[in-house]
Amino acid sequence: MNAATYSDLRPDLAAIAAHVDRGSRVLDIGCGDGDLMGVLEAEKGCDARGLELNAALVGRCVGRGLSVVQGDANTDLSNYPDKAFDYAILSQTLQTATRPDLMLDELLRVGRRAFVSFPNFAHWRTRGALMFGGKMPVTRALPVSWYETDNIHHVTVDDFRDLAKAKNAQIERSWFFADERAISPVGANWRAEFAVFELSR
Amino acid sequence: MSQESSTYKLPQPLPLDSGRALDNAQIAYQTYGQLAADKSNAILICHALTGDQYVASEHPITGKPGWWERMVGPGKPIDTDRFYVICANVIGSCMGSSGPASPDPKSAPDAAPYAMGFPVITVRDMVRGLVALLDGLGIAQLHSVVGGSMGGMQALSLAANWPERAARVLVIASTARHSAQNIAFHEVGRQAIMADPAWADGDYYATGSSPDNGLAVARMAAHITYLSEEGLTAKFGRRLQDRPDGSEGAKSFGFDADFQVESYLRYQGSGFTQRFDANSYLYITRAMDYFDLAEEHGGKLADAFAGATARFCLVSFDTDWLYPTAESRHIVHALNAAGAKVSFVELSAPNGHDSFLLEHDELDRVVRGFVE
Repeated sequence: MNAATYSDLRPDLAAIAAHVDRGSRVLDIGCGDGDLMGVLEAEKGCDARGLELNAALVGRCVGRGLSVVQGDANTDLSNYPDKAFDYAILSQTLQTATRPDLMLDELLRVGRRAFVSFPNFAHWRTRGALMFGGKMPVTRALPVSWYETDNIHHVTVDDFRDLAKAKNAQIERSWFFADERAISPVGANWRAEFAVFELSR
Repeated sequence: MSQESSTYKLPQPLPLDSGRALDNAQIAYQTYGQLAADKSNAILICHALTGDQYVASEHPITGKPGWWERMVGPGKPIDTDRFYVICANVIGSCMGSSGPASPDPKSAPDAAPYAMGFPVITVRDMVRGLVALLDGLGIAQLHSVVGGSMGGMQALSLAANWPERAARVLVIASTARHSAQNIAFHEVGRQAIMADPAWADGDYYATGSSPDNGLAVARMAAHITYLSEEGLTAKFGRRLQDRPDGSEGAKSFGFDADFQVESYLRYQGSGFTQRFDANSYLYITRAMDYFDLAEEHGGKLADAFAGATARFCLVSFDTDWLYPTAESRHIVHALNAAGAKVSFVELSAPNGHDSFLLEHDELDRVVRGFVE
């Protein structure tokens, strides 16, 4: 199986991959089939580990030579020692957590820094769907109906900034995306479909 | 195709955890495929309690195919077109390696078997024997060590005690320690053997009889632990046997094997006595019961893997209640704490502990991918 390259990555993952320091130790939580881990190992010489709930995806990762443990991010992060990683990465998983606030604590405990990406519920398209449709939005960024979605804790860019503040987490950098492209941070709470934050504590 | 095993005679006495040593020890082994010129493609497969070196070739006694032929062979997940596969009978066993049925050098020249004079061994002793074999074959570092059940214990022991000897460690349906329940089931088996009058304190080799009844009961009890309730129910339920007089599925109002599951267990038990030595069963179950990798390393499992550079992969099965998923996770946490590269997956399978030996596409994919 060929390793993915930067250009194959989802924009939020590409942003993360571009800003992880070379040779660092990385934990990718909810690593899926390991595309980001593969790029970090191949392009950045990182020592990458993954945590993934889905057994079939774990099997695919193992088949790619990646080190991935099947487990639940809600409970299993507690098994990793403090500051075991330079970075803990949580991509598009925060909104599925039982307690996103506690998960953020765990990210900043196991990693010196954390990257968190999530779909922004305050994007104008979501707002429009709710305001004019009067129903829970089903959009490009949030394609699953309310009763089937794994997203049990919808979050906006501003909500996340508040949470970081409440948790004494420093926002080091942030990136925003709409229509698969990076956009400026101006009015991100309206304009961004996806957000990526780099945090430290 | 049946094939004569090779035998490696250890040049030195094999030191044992008990403080004793095994003189004139020998290890019977099979190899498959070609060793690369740089010796970089060797995979050691470690067998389970009643397994042997015939991992991918016909068993010389039963005539059955190798015990993991679906995993090991040309084009199989452990591909013998690419890898040089070694599988050795552990010491204590009875398929050509030194065990209680082997001649005790101290009894020369009459070459009487050790019987219970064979030293009690541990899993680490088995692995010490395997390492001696690797030395004999000139293999400094294995591409991979692979094992299920007790084979997984050996793989873990190798990784912990001889960390430079394997680059990849694949542990399937195994544990880092025997639980009270594991020990309890083994003790039932041992007591069944020792309660058989034919056991004769282990000195049955010259009597013309052997404790087959006891060994069969031991196997029956153990066999239950290898299966899941779900699997047993699906396979047998409460179905009754057809009777010899032709009446279908009637109760005998006696103690014949009325239920199909009884008949199956009796068949498993008696078949086992054809190929396995009762004293070996005592010694190997003892070794497994003694196994506690953390205890060997000051009580902390993570310390067993300190500085490990190998890649690890652990696999468990959701219906395995002998070595349940929690045991594999316990090992994974220790490896994480030690900073080792580890993968873990729990696979879904209906057949309990034995699932690792059975058809399982996802297991094949994981094994093939990990040893790539």
